[in-house]
Amino acid sequence: MGRKANAAGSPRFRWTLARKKIVWAYIFLAIPIVFFAYIRIYPTFFAFQMSLHDYNPLAVEQPYVGLENYEKVVEELSKKKSVTKSAFRNTISYVVFGVPIQLCLALAIAMMLNEIRFMSTLYRILFFLPFVTSTIAIAWVFRMLYQPRFGLFNVILQFLSLPQQPFLTRPQQALPSILALVIWQGMGFAVIIFLAGLKQIPRTYYEAAEVDGASRWHTFRFITMPLLNPSIVYLLVLQTISFLRMFAPVVAMTEQGRGGPLDSTTTVVLRVYREAFQSFNMGYASSLTVVLFAMILGVTIIQLSVTSRRIN
Amino acid sequence: MAQSLTPSNIFKDQDRGRSVGKAGEDWKYKFFSYLLLTVIAFTMIVPFMWMLSTSIKPETEILRRNIFPVEPTLDNYHEVINRTDLPLWYKNSFIVAVISTVSVAFFDALAGFVFAKYEFPGKRPIFIIFLTSLMVPTEMLLIPWFIMSSNPPIGGTWVDTYWGIAFPGVITAAGIFLMRQFMQGVPDELLDAGRIDGVSEFGLFWRVAVPLSLPAIGALCIFNFLGNWNAFIWPLIATTRSEMFTLPVGIQQFSSEADTPWNLIMTGASLSVVPLLLVVMIFQRYIIEGIALTGLKG
Repeated sequence: MGRKANAAGSPRFRWTLARKKIVWAYIFLAIPIVFFAYIRIYPTFFAFQMSLHDYNPLAVEQPYVGLENYEKVVEELSKKKSVTKSAFRNTISYVVFGVPIQLCLALAIAMMLNEIRFMSTLYRILFFLPFVTSTIAIAWVFRMLYQPRFGLFNVILQFLSLPQQPFLTRPQQALPSILALVIWQGMGFAVIIFLAGLKQIPRTYYEAAEVDGASRWHTFRFITMPLLNPSIVYLLVLQTISFLRMFAPVVAMTEQGRGGPLDSTTTVVLRVYREAFQSFNMGYASSLTVVLFAMILGVTIIQLSVTSRRIN
Repeated sequence: MAQSLTPSNIFKDQDRGRSVGKAGEDWKYKFFSYLLLTVIAFTMIVPFMWMLSTSIKPETEILRRNIFPVEPTLDNYHEVINRTDLPLWYKNSFIVAVISTVSVAFFDALAGFVFAKYEFPGKRPIFIIFLTSLMVPTEMLLIPWFIMSSNPPIGGTWVDTYWGIAFPGVITAAGIFLMRQFMQGVPDELLDAGRIDGVSEFGLFWRVAVPLSLPAIGALCIFNFLGNWNAFIWPLIATTRSEMFTLPVGIQQFSSEADTPWNLIMTGASLSVVPLLLVVMIFQRYIIEGIALTGLKG
């Protein structure tokens, strides 16, 4: 990105202008630099430091405890049953079931949208509306839809003469019920990204495939999928991270926002919130956030290695 | 790929990528596409319809199984507006979203301009540090932010103040990155010509770079506003008094009473969602292109 210093050309002018630009660059960046240092970087280190202390804001002292908080995490995870273990297990369930289902549905929808012209803008807006809606507001709507007796889903089940379902009040059904909302809400975003990816695939590839007599499946398998790879990797990472950070839907859809029934829907972030801001065990909660950070970093690193391998 | 992804041409070229099926089965494929898409579109709308229809049901009809109200009423709206803090939550959400959107638009654009158009020692490391901060999940910063808010360098406490709710998002790394990409398209010749005419460096930003980057700044503003309007976890932590809640926090608090006032919750949800849906419908093309362009999540 070589820059021509100026158009005037005198060395003296060039020197002072270059220096003036450096000064102005720092003046313009002063507030953002202070912001990032104080609001982003310092708290990151603060969180690591807290995780090494028995940090309780209400106590007089915050004693250093070394790795005790992390040992507690490991200990809780190796117990047969603990809230922390449920939190991690549920979070992984949300990711493992949520991401593939959401992306497959979104890809199918994007491919259908790509085929049609009439009303395609209207469909695109409709699929996209839930994504821009407040999660708390729409999660409460779904909570009502899942209610026994008067909730829409049970009304439909009764109409079809099927047995009524408890949905959010039974441990086995609560997590899939919440997952359904999250998949429903975020799908429009994935559709938009897939659609943009599909539009990038040159039409000539498909024409060539047709001349060669390739079936629809072969066209999909050997043209669409490989060329859509960047969008797929991008969405896999983004959605994995967003499912790992799940919080609001669980708070809105469970009794008192506790991640019940019987901790069957609680997540790592909900666990962090309750430990830090309801029990004030901020040291332990910080160690949980560090574990979450490590998980997210792992996903990002896998993405980077996959992406660079593709280029090679 | 990045180069061709400008907002103007993502969706312009409608024919690219459209697979050309065999003529015979083409209409079948289209027919089923429309059929399925219509069914899915229906499932997208029904929850919103349910929300609106419940919000105009009288209390006695809530537990009945009729989908549309028999005697529609605006009582729920009167009750929510006059007897709860919802108007305050509305105001709070609006103020916080405006503060952070204005700030993000200005500072992200300015920083993006510097990273795109200036050479200075330390440029690369500073840019990389800004970007790395994207990898740290905000959940990890919540607890430090809370401690910092209770005992800040300036002012008594940031808890229950607009600044306290807004501060984590007044400058964003993603926005700086987006603006840098865009500002790289501002011609150097234009800036140099301005310099020769005696325009100040800030004048170059404000009167040359900003007007040329308005589409990107617009997209950034819309995302930011949506993101702040819907933000939940930090406002939940940063507020303790009902008068300072934002809308999502307030709606969540409706339920703390013994039984769930479904009609009021659905009314609050409608009030929070509907104005935004109208805005989104007006700017939909802009928003959808912006998402495809940046992958920025609100």
